[in-house]
Amino acid sequence: MTVSEGSAAIPLLSVRKLTKHFGSFAACSGIDLDIAPGEIHALLGENGAGKSTFVKMLFGILDPTEGDILWNGERVAIRSPGTARTLGIGMVFQHFSLFEALTVAENIALSLDPKIPLAKIAEEASTLSKAYGLPLDPKAHVADLSVGERQRIEIVRALLQNPKLIILDEPTSVLTPQEADKLFETLFQLRAEGRSVLYISHRLEEVQRICDGATVLRHGRVTGRCDPKRETAASLARMMVGSEVAAVSRDTSAALGDVRIEVAGLNADARTPFAISLRDINLKVRAGEVLAIAGVAGNGQGELFDALSGEYPVTSNEAISIRGRPVGRLGINARRLLGAGFVPEERHGHAAVSALPLSDNLLLARSRSDRKAFLGGGALGVIRHNAVRAATRRICEAMDVRKSGEDPVAGALSGGNLQKFIVGRELDRQPAVLVVNQPTWGVDAGAASRIRQALVDLARAGSAVVVISQDLDEIFEVATNIAVISEGRLSASYPAGEMSRERIGLLMGGVHDSTQPGAVHAH
Amino acid sequence: MRIELQRRSEVSRLFSLVSPLLALVLTLFFGGIMFWTLGKNPFDALYSFFIEPLLEVWSLHELAIKAAPLILIGVGLSICYRSNNWNIGAEGQFTIGAITGSILPVLYPEWHSPMILPLMLVMGMIGGALYAGIPALLKTRFNTNEILTSLMLVYIAQLYLDWLVRGPWRDPQGYNFPQTKAFVPEAVLPEVLDSGRAHLAIVFAIVVAVAIWFMMRFMLKGFEVTVLGQSERAGRFAGFSARRMVWFSMLLSGALAGLAGISEVSGSIGHVQPSISPGYGFTAIIVAFLGRLNPLGIIASGFVLALTYLGGEAAQLSIGISDKVSRVFQGLLLFFVLSCDTLIHYRLRLVRHPAPGGAHA
Amino acid sequence: MLEAILLTVITAATPLVIAALGELVTERAGVLNLGVEGMMIMGAVMAFGATQVTGSPYVGILAGIAAGAVFSLLFGILTLTLVANQVATGLALTILGLGLSGQIGESFVGQPGIKLQPLPIPFLSDIPLLGPLLFRQDLIFYLSVVLVVGIHWFLFRSRTGLKVRAIGDNHASAHALGINVIRARYFAVMFGGACAGLAGAQLSLVYTPQWVENMTAGRGWIALALVVFASWRPLRVLAGGYLFGAVTIGQLHAQALGIGIPSQFLSALPYVATIVVLIIISHNRRTTLINTPASLGKPFVPER
Repeated sequence: MTVSEGSAAIPLLSVRKLTKHFGSFAACSGIDLDIAPGEIHALLGENGAGKSTFVKMLFGILDPTEGDILWNGERVAIRSPGTARTLGIGMVFQHFSLFEALTVAENIALSLDPKIPLAKIAEEASTLSKAYGLPLDPKAHVADLSVGERQRIEIVRALLQNPKLIILDEPTSVLTPQEADKLFETLFQLRAEGRSVLYISHRLEEVQRICDGATVLRHGRVTGRCDPKRETAASLARMMVGSEVAAVSRDTSAALGDVRIEVAGLNADARTPFAISLRDINLKVRAGEVLAIAGVAGNGQGELFDALSGEYPVTSNEAISIRGRPVGRLGINARRLLGAGFVPEERHGHAAVSALPLSDNLLLARSRSDRKAFLGGGALGVIRHNAVRAATRRICEAMDVRKSGEDPVAGALSGGNLQKFIVGRELDRQPAVLVVNQPTWGVDAGAASRIRQALVDLARAGSAVVVISQDLDEIFEVATNIAVISEGRLSASYPAGEMSRERIGLLMGGVHDSTQPGAVHAH
Repeated sequence: MRIELQRRSEVSRLFSLVSPLLALVLTLFFGGIMFWTLGKNPFDALYSFFIEPLLEVWSLHELAIKAAPLILIGVGLSICYRSNNWNIGAEGQFTIGAITGSILPVLYPEWHSPMILPLMLVMGMIGGALYAGIPALLKTRFNTNEILTSLMLVYIAQLYLDWLVRGPWRDPQGYNFPQTKAFVPEAVLPEVLDSGRAHLAIVFAIVVAVAIWFMMRFMLKGFEVTVLGQSERAGRFAGFSARRMVWFSMLLSGALAGLAGISEVSGSIGHVQPSISPGYGFTAIIVAFLGRLNPLGIIASGFVLALTYLGGEAAQLSIGISDKVSRVFQGLLLFFVLSCDTLIHYRLRLVRHPAPGGAHA
Repeated sequence: MLEAILLTVITAATPLVIAALGELVTERAGVLNLGVEGMMIMGAVMAFGATQVTGSPYVGILAGIAAGAVFSLLFGILTLTLVANQVATGLALTILGLGLSGQIGESFVGQPGIKLQPLPIPFLSDIPLLGPLLFRQDLIFYLSVVLVVGIHWFLFRSRTGLKVRAIGDNHASAHALGINVIRARYFAVMFGGACAGLAGAQLSLVYTPQWVENMTAGRGWIALALVVFASWRPLRVLAGGYLFGAVTIGQLHAQALGIGIPSQFLSALPYVATIVVLIIISHNRRTTLINTPASLGKPFVPER
């Protein structure tokens, strides 16, 4: 191997020609990567580029199909997370690997030596968490903690094993800008101690801000290696996406029309022990307006969507009105008949049924609103499969949905193509009101750009659009007005031009948490 | 070495058809081994079990008699299972249907009217539906697990029947036998053909299966069943109600089990007695799965399972093995059906572990 | 009189407690095995058979445990390796168990059985009332007590038990941490099977020392309900088991006294009680949600 010769410092971790196949699909092919001791190294790439697959191989969750991993210059086989931890690799997962029913200490104990008693683990965890400015109560149940606190558990769990390399998978996607800043301080502290960090992200600014080196992945291959501080955001984006992604174009001068959807004093109790209660929500969206609702995951976005869509009607009929008609107690199909359309966050098992073909998934959203076109046979409700298939074809063409075969099952489509179909399914009706939750979550850049443009165009054509999103870039791209949701309460909405990331960050974290310095009290 | 599953991107149509047949072949193979260990020639035994009953007209009639309740119940259960409602108490609904359907001929034994039979059938369906309504009510109202409640209700129904025929319903002229008076001819389900005993129940079964097949294949209601069974959340997004589906599927399957119950009592037995079913309600679970929860498939699998009952009786007579063997066959069959169904959704691969090198945890 | 009644209550409760404890561990690991009835009846018939052949009920106990465990392995292969539907496979296990046991036990019908004799514990068995009730019992009763305490300790005090709870809460996370989910579930399923087999052995060696077809009479299903009743906590299984034991024995005594209620209605009491208990325990959706292992019954296919 070439690593040991010549260079003074052997990289802590070297990866050579690492490849992973799932059946005939190559998730990673021939990836090379080096991380020096004390380096914060970025792994950049869009959704589906193979980043998660790659780090799962480093952490022993997936077996590589081919290729070598060298640790301090020696070839190692990492067959399980246990091996990885013994070597000195710690991992902070994107979708946390935590157990809601267990306490913080129990969660941490699960990845440590079984001989250490639980009491000692709890003690060490709280000492360590204080040292890194990550306060944690070891006795708390995970179910009661916020997303930011959950991430702290993961980080403390990784640190307790005294790792030489810490892998963080998209750590800031669930944090407010202020929380992200605190995380970066922790990472700098780790670097100062000589530890290395592999930082996985698709956010260019933060990579430029904190990383010493970067490897860029696209479609499972390395497409660039660079020092991110010497690159521009545009050049990094090109390496990541491969081509220029069309910027969303919009026209902010258009006059707004009448109020299409209005929420006044909406309250909804949490349905499950793990859900958020909505408290005194007010919003008003006019024709031609895109209201973007920002917020960190788990602050009541799903619950707000459920209330707006009517999947879970609320107790007060007047609390929600669509085109001037009170609809709070009406179900989703009654709201659709008033011209509303809805796109939920979860594609599989909510917006679509994975095992059913696209045409059935079209019927899923429109069996009532398009009853005349799609159903016959009177009370029998016989499905006109030909009409449904024709509409499916129309939507797939309009949104450029790439699929194999005429009418494949939803599960066979990539995330981006399925999302285009799900959004297209609503746009096809020209809805007067469209409510979308996380429109481009886990979607590739091309599809994301197309979906955002479609939302902007819909508003321009005279519809009212509500976009609930965690992605601040997306929010600034599409919004005419911005509001922020936090702990089940919604801030007032402000024109997008008056908002900055910092201000949104304060609203995200602080509106109702008086312990945070600089909190904005918007009651 | 280990077995690794790889999810297919599309359901395999080939294995959807092949898997039940493969399960049948495996069941026959292991059944043969079982006969062999019992000291019988496996080929003779399998012949007398599965072929002999098909060679005579009268036994074909018996086959239809046994297949009818299995198909009726199995079709109802398929709607429950497709919509994710686990009604396993069809045996109880069958029993209650038989009881409510028999109220008229037992309590008014002098009533001779062409109206009596349709009324009996309707009452049987209502009785079965109401009895299945209990777990439905408990599930929708109290969130109670329908598997356990519907099963408990089977025992309760059987004890109730036992009390009826030994107590208030016992025929006073019946030499103390625990059974009711024989039904009047107007209350007996007529035979279909002159050549044997098979009665109208088999016609009901096939008509019902085809109707439910049409519903599942072409109607919005069928689509609703499928969607809610796949994902309750997606169903809610479509504006379908999982709660109403609990009622729909339970009442429908209860009514069909009740119809099977009263048809069996009226057509095959002619009076009510403590034991009216050789476990049709449970065997129908196997019928539903072997038919891949498809009503047309269930017609075929109903006949297959009916054959295991007949085969058991035949094998007992001809080669002297216990009719308990049928139950073993039925259990084996369900096991193999469930294992073979894996092939529809997954590709199986035998994976050799890479040669151990480096750390192994 | 009181002592005799309490003794029969204990005898009736023991198989329920043991079978429910086994299922509790299985469900804590996130697997729903509805085949308890089938594993129990296999345990009963094998225990009876082995006792008849060898003359030793202790060999019978071992045979019952082994039968339950082996039988549950079938369930494991189907649901864990082949990812078959757990509900359907559990039903298959019950149907197959009832059939197979009838076939195996055909020659045992009517044979007098050998009863497992009590093992009095010196000194303690001389305490009035408590002595005969708790310390002049058979091995299976002692085992049931050890199991209650042992499983409670295992789940809530030991690190392996913590892993089991973690797997039941979130199998994907457990897999990501390097816990072998499938292997742990195999153990949990087989432990559940062994317990069901032991419970079956108690039926054919202690409760009614003979072989009768379908002699479990729904006890496996009642054990399943007990797990829900106990909100997946071992100590509450004990309480629930004895409650059901009391109902069963109470109705038998009522039948013997001839109090004018038809015997069939009294026989139905344990089943009615099961439904009532399920209603009481399930009607609060929130507590049910908190207590139920979150990955219960969900299929898991690890990616490598």
